[in-house]
Amino acid sequence: MPFRLAPVLTLAVLLLPVAAGLAGVLLPAFGHWPVLGRSGGSLDAWRELAATPGLTRSTLISLWVGLATTALSLAVVIVVTAVFQGTRAFAVLRRLIAPLLAAPHVALAIGLAFVLAPSGLVLRLLSPWATGYTRPPDLLTVNDPWGFSLIAGLALKETAFLFLMTLAALPQADAARTLTVARTLGYGRVTGWIRTVWPRVYPQIRLPVVAVLAYGTSVVDVALVLGPTSPPPLAVAVLRWASDPDLATRFKASAGAVLQVLVVAVAIALWLGGEAVVRDRARTAGARGARTTWEGAGRLLAWGAAGVIALTLGLALASLVLWSFAESWRFPQLLPAALTSARWIEGTMSAAAVLGVSASIAAIATGLALALVLGCLENEVRTGRTPGRRVTGLLYLPLIVPQVAFLTGLEVVFLPLGLDGGWAAVVLAHLVFVLPYVFLSLADPWRAYDERYRTTALCLGASPLAALVKVRLPMLMRPVLTAAAIGFSVSIDLYLPTLVVGAGRFPTITTEAVALASGGDRRIIGVHALLQALLPFLAFAAAIGVPLLVFRHRRGLRDA
Amino acid sequence: MLRRLALALVSAGLILAGPALAQSAPPDPKNWAAVTERARGQTVYWYAWAGERHINDYIAWVGTETARRFGVKVEHVKIADTAEAVTRVLAEKTAGRTEGGAVDLIWINGPNFAAMKANGLLFGPWAEDLPNFRFVDVAGKPSVLNDFTVPTEGLEAPWSMAQIVFFHDRARLPGPPASARALLAWATANPGRFAYPDPSDYLGATFLKQVLVEVVADPAILQKPVDEAAFVTVTAPLWAYLDALKPALWRAGRAFPKNQAELRRLFADGETEIAFAFDPAAASAAIASKELPETVRSFVFDGGTIGNASFVAIPFNAAHKEGAMVVADFLLSPEAQARKQDPKVWGAFTVLDLARLPAEDRRRFEALDLGIATLPPEKLGRHLPEPHPSWMTRITGEWKRRYGAG
Repeated sequence: MPFRLAPVLTLAVLLLPVAAGLAGVLLPAFGHWPVLGRSGGSLDAWRELAATPGLTRSTLISLWVGLATTALSLAVVIVVTAVFQGTRAFAVLRRLIAPLLAAPHVALAIGLAFVLAPSGLVLRLLSPWATGYTRPPDLLTVNDPWGFSLIAGLALKETAFLFLMTLAALPQADAARTLTVARTLGYGRVTGWIRTVWPRVYPQIRLPVVAVLAYGTSVVDVALVLGPTSPPPLAVAVLRWASDPDLATRFKASAGAVLQVLVVAVAIALWLGGEAVVRDRARTAGARGARTTWEGAGRLLAWGAAGVIALTLGLALASLVLWSFAESWRFPQLLPAALTSARWIEGTMSAAAVLGVSASIAAIATGLALALVLGCLENEVRTGRTPGRRVTGLLYLPLIVPQVAFLTGLEVVFLPLGLDGGWAAVVLAHLVFVLPYVFLSLADPWRAYDERYRTTALCLGASPLAALVKVRLPMLMRPVLTAAAIGFSVSIDLYLPTLVVGAGRFPTITTEAVALASGGDRRIIGVHALLQALLPFLAFAAAIGVPLLVFRHRRGLRDA
Repeated sequence: MLRRLALALVSAGLILAGPALAQSAPPDPKNWAAVTERARGQTVYWYAWAGERHINDYIAWVGTETARRFGVKVEHVKIADTAEAVTRVLAEKTAGRTEGGAVDLIWINGPNFAAMKANGLLFGPWAEDLPNFRFVDVAGKPSVLNDFTVPTEGLEAPWSMAQIVFFHDRARLPGPPASARALLAWATANPGRFAYPDPSDYLGATFLKQVLVEVVADPAILQKPVDEAAFVTVTAPLWAYLDALKPALWRAGRAFPKNQAELRRLFADGETEIAFAFDPAAASAAIASKELPETVRSFVFDGGTIGNASFVAIPFNAAHKEGAMVVADFLLSPEAQARKQDPKVWGAFTVLDLARLPAEDRRRFEALDLGIATLPPEKLGRHLPEPHPSWMTRITGEWKRRYGAG
């Protein structure tokens, strides 16, 4: 019985907050919010929105950042996979991707800001011997008006995400054999991969790509650290209006939130349109059978991209660590003049409480998500029915509808229910985002499990529950823990749900890091960014370590 | 095992969620004994701007002390913009929550106070009934009763004085400019070495007001609400000034630092040569933490700089009004005020009249070492009054239209 309820509950947890939140912005956007003195409906909010200086530019920046981030990340993934698949380097990349995936967006953005700033590590490496600068040049690098640093920061992380999704899709694309056939037909490795394997991979990762696009178009936290400031991207502007002291601005904020939804829709439409054009052209080129060799260029690009990413990550990590231990570090000194552990002692003491809050919210949200997902998957086993693509697509809804749109509306809905600003509300908001990731990462290994183990257990007289708890779960411990670690790090990463739904009363390491990053002492910011990155790393370490420990006498499960 | 884990998680959730708090009749601030009695055991959610570490540390100290002395815990809700707290209270009013609200105490002044007062979102009057209010320097510091010209009417209690103070590095810039006009001339000669924060931050908005007060034909008009008909003519010199300054700004005015802390960071990195803060002791504090070199000194303009008072207010629906009043009263105590003025702690000046204090409390202030870069009160120059809040709203809006739209 409880297993049959799981799918319904899961869908309710995913869809109700999104729907309620959207209603909570649609009504005020069209002039209905009686307590604020407007009801019945009007277009005033839209007129106010249209009259906002810089609105066009904000909207275009959002659109541009979303599309550019997605195109760049996808291009890197394609070229890297095409060049390296099946080589030894590929196995190394596979391993290296894990820490990048675990690193929180905000910590990464802060590290990148440290690297790119005019007083950052890149210019320190080159100054004064090559550049002649004895003081930071007056260059607009971080927060540049066209969002290049924002795109770079987002692409770093999204490349890792899309790469992971591609890895998961490759087995279904029958990549190795397809590539062999292509190569026997005289295609080069890179050309062959792009012509034959990629078209079978892409449809499988289209939803993740769209999620990346929607995220890039409506991101708030990374934009606060790296994005343009005057004017900011639309989502940041909406958040500002939603917290304006002039209460009438709330109507404009709601209209802006609705506009943000439209912007995401337009971005998706443009992307799908572009996709169709590329597909047609690729088909024509493929039919012509041209054996164009992109081998050299492809290899150069792949090594270049992998090198730039690795170098950037290395420099970012080095900047964070150096700043966190620096006593004073003036430009153009390459290394701090004096080191101290004082900031770590101060920082850890002041951050201890927020680390606890972060970890407990993440643990509870992940626990609930895991319970629901296991319930759904076990229900599949018992009923023998797997949900279709459309239902699975619904999982992506909270990842595609812009956070800033439905979360600000959720406040209006949660309040009368007495749900606002409490632990329950924050955990629920986190659950909305944690659940899809847990489901997506656990579903495949679960479905790939050999059902004969279960049948054997049942034949030996075990109850269905015992077959689940005593046989299946222990055997699937590794993917279950990995899914939990992913859910945990998604929760640690969340900024807006914590801030908006928690009314700022649940300061997490992430909200603290964003608040600090907007200015202030780099030494303390470094400590916070590293502490923020620490939590997901611990979670992944546990996900890897616990099975090793538990299965130390079970050779068959150790490398499963 | 999984079930036990789930159980543990759920019960952890229940414990953390805590019991809901009930609220009864509003407190009477005149009956202070009853207030302190009911305050015991309460936790005050204090929504306060959290952009500076030393201020957060001071608030944490306040919480420790009120817990120890009065049994009132303080939970500092760290916000980047006071408007977040105002929005919160408004949202609660919208939803019909007239008691048990999330916000107990707000660090507030200026337009946020004017908005809350006008919308009936505040509890009170209570501030002038606080036992320590008798020490407040109402004659010498009129802004403690008139917040940006808006009468406080006991709806908020003052707790800190602030004034614009500029800083420069003696080793790099020996003779800093002494007026807004001189600053413009200096910036034009040294392009890219001066910045002011985006006016959506209070310090950026205060810089605009500083310039406005200096260039406006008759500053008296700023003490009244904006006259829309006269707005264009009155503010024309301000926009002329800012237009002239823009190309000489850091990044040629294509980006603005977000706040006081970022402005100081640019100065520390050597990107800019003049910075400013709203704390007279900001430079000394940053030198003490090795953020700035020891050659940094403070200066003010000859014609004076903008100054104001900061307050704490209690929302109409606060769940812990008694606790909030106890905290506000402790903030006004000579001990808390003297600690706040210590540049090793924060360095913000007191709202109290030292002449009214008992001798041993006065000594707490006299014993303070203000730090090498702090100007003593007599050298801080004239304290220019804040314009009416409607000016701030209008000029920041106009600024955004002119310079914030890319």
